[in-house]
Amino acid sequence: MHLVYPAVLAALLFCVGVYGVLARRNTVLVLMSVELMLNAVNLNLVAFDAWLRDSLHAGQALTLFTITVAAAEIGLGLAVVLLVFRTKGTADIDRITALGDPSEDAPAGAEPEKGQAAA
Amino acid sequence: MNLALPVLVPVLPALGAAATLATGRRAPGFARPLAVLPVAASAVLALVVALQLGTGQTFDAATRLTPTGGPDISLALHLDGFSSLISVLVGLVATCVQVYSTAYLKDDPRYPSYAALVSLFTAAMFLVVYSGDLIVLLVGWELMGICSYFLIGHHWETADARSASLKAFLVTKLGDVPFLFGIFLLGADAKSFRITDVLAAAGDGRLGHPTLIALLLLAGVAGKSAQFPLHTWLPDAMAGPTPVSALIHAATMVAAGIYLVARLLPVFLLSGAALVVLSVMAAVTMVGSALCALAQDDLKRVLAYSTVGQLGYMAGALASGDREAAVFHLVSHGAFKALLFLTAGVVIHAAHTNSISAMSRMPDLRRRVPDAYWTMGIGLIALIGLPPFSGFFSKEAVLGAAEHAANGEAITNGLGPASAVPSAAGWIVLVSACATALLTAAYATRLWLVAFHGPSAAPAAIEAPPYSPEIDEADPAQAEPPAMRWPLWVLAVPAMGFGLAGLRSGWLPALLDGGSLRPSATTAVIGTGLALAGVLISYAAWRSAGARAALRQAAEGRVPEQAGPPAVETLPVDPGRVLLGPLFRPAQHGFFVDRLYSALFVAPTVAAAKLVRFLDREVVETYVRGTGTGANLLGWAVRRAQTGNAQAYLSALLAGVVLLTVLVAVGT
Repeated sequence: MHLVYPAVLAALLFCVGVYGVLARRNTVLVLMSVELMLNAVNLNLVAFDAWLRDSLHAGQALTLFTITVAAAEIGLGLAVVLLVFRTKGTADIDRITALGDPSEDAPAGAEPEKGQAAA
Repeated sequence: MNLALPVLVPVLPALGAAATLATGRRAPGFARPLAVLPVAASAVLALVVALQLGTGQTFDAATRLTPTGGPDISLALHLDGFSSLISVLVGLVATCVQVYSTAYLKDDPRYPSYAALVSLFTAAMFLVVYSGDLIVLLVGWELMGICSYFLIGHHWETADARSASLKAFLVTKLGDVPFLFGIFLLGADAKSFRITDVLAAAGDGRLGHPTLIALLLLAGVAGKSAQFPLHTWLPDAMAGPTPVSALIHAATMVAAGIYLVARLLPVFLLSGAALVVLSVMAAVTMVGSALCALAQDDLKRVLAYSTVGQLGYMAGALASGDREAAVFHLVSHGAFKALLFLTAGVVIHAAHTNSISAMSRMPDLRRRVPDAYWTMGIGLIALIGLPPFSGFFSKEAVLGAAEHAANGEAITNGLGPASAVPSAAGWIVLVSACATALLTAAYATRLWLVAFHGPSAAPAAIEAPPYSPEIDEADPAQAEPPAMRWPLWVLAVPAMGFGLAGLRSGWLPALLDGGSLRPSATTAVIGTGLALAGVLISYAAWRSAGARAALRQAAEGRVPEQAGPPAVETLPVDPGRVLLGPLFRPAQHGFFVDRLYSALFVAPTVAAAKLVRFLDREVVETYVRGTGTGANLLGWAVRRAQTGNAQAYLSALLAGVVLLTVLVAVGT
């Protein structure tokens, strides 16, 4: 099989994942899109492993490793989403902005006053 | 001679100063002995050194202090008749001043630091006198400058004292900068800073730029010895305590400049131009200061201007090539001017005012301070120069030197050819010295009459607001303590009798250069005649002014009490006003030299300082402040991006990755 098929498929999968991450509001769907992106990468790894005929099969081994990590990660992620939903009553990602830095007014003029007083 | 003796003379007061400063706060009881004893001991030692050295001898000792690559700096000692004589004078005056100060500044909380500074000052003056090396001499010279700054500013609570001390410091430093370069040039030309080597080089004609050196040195001398155009600090320096005026501004520090020129006179004799400059400086100083003294109302300022004038006499003698006469006048003036200042201190204490016209309204002043009354009379007669007081002989020596120089046969006593002194210098000095003799007699008589001989029929003293910088005055009802009285009589002895020492060629002249100091007939008659004329004119003016004032008082219906305190313009009997006429106001303000300087130098300096302040505050600081404001603005902008929306971050991340990829792809 030509390499281009799995490669194009992986690229498409990745693009769908990117779209999902950037455009979906529901956090669970965002996490699912992240999984899609991961799996696109996995597909690439396997395809290139087969195409390069790597005797150690490093690509496949890495894929297995990635799947394990992704499983653990999605478990953690869903737990976080659950807790957030419980406390905030929503799982919309654009409403979860507690880590943002609330913007203030422009600081013009405050510092020069202090400098003059010191001089 | 034992080397330890002359070394101890400057070292003892310096150690005393250090000890006074160290113990002054914790054990104020030690301050008085620590102030008086070292100075007295070094005065005795100075006398012993002078006696051991004898006449016509010199003594040199040196040890190398610092190799400089150029001429070495050595810790050198040079003793001769001049240094002996002046060191004895310094010791005598300093001891008298220290003793006097113990009473005068009895209740002053800052007495220990004051006494320490006076001791340090004395040490510095001894160093200048004994030093055989120009750089070491400069150290003493500058030490005196800084001590003078602190002592003038002793009453730093008053604005007068603060500005006077700053002025004295800045003006003398203005002269000291060219002076320093003069010393460097002299050392470079003579390949040595040792004074003996420098004089030898001057004798052999090995100095490359004698005129330039002499003029540079003259700038420093004009600053230190208060010669025109740098004389303005001395009258203002009277804001310091009176004993300081006696010590520094009459007897010692101002004499340092004259002493230096006397030591280096062979260098000055190489340059006729420098001598003419010196003579013009001296002439302007003499006549101008005598006119100013005639118009002053403050007792101490009269004496200060008189000091300036007498220093002009010494400078005039030097310009005539006769250092013997200059040093003779220096010593006799040192004695009688210190006496005059100390008596002025007593009188000011008793009268609670500095103003002589206010004193004239105190009818019993002369009975309250009899010692000061008589000793001030002695000092003033010495100042006028009536025989046989010391001022007569020394002033005659100066006049004689000027007369010889004017005739082209200057008395240089072997330091150089008589033709080295231009006769123009002699004439300038001679004419101005004669005019000054007349004026000196006039202002001294005026001071004496106005201060002590107020009209006895005057109404009870109207309380004028006492102007006085002395904050720590004693109770005027009490008699002056003995410590303030006996130094007067001690100083009155040389003021009366020192002049006789110049009569026999075996006494004073042998100690100095060996020339005759006997007054010659012509100048003696002219000088004494002028002095007597000055006294008589002043007395006549005083009498006529007094008579006119009495008439005016009668015409006004004899109610002077209700007229309030008399304004300065209507002071009844001031012969100076009659004598000077339209010159009175300019003379009272020192011929507006201060105003001229403030327009010429002070105002531009202040403007430049304001410009610098503007540049610093508004230009440089704007950049500094701008960096802070810029960083703040940047932070504010970055903060706007931190919305907390993870998808926005990821979008930006993606855009960045795409951008980088495209750039890398295009770049390769």
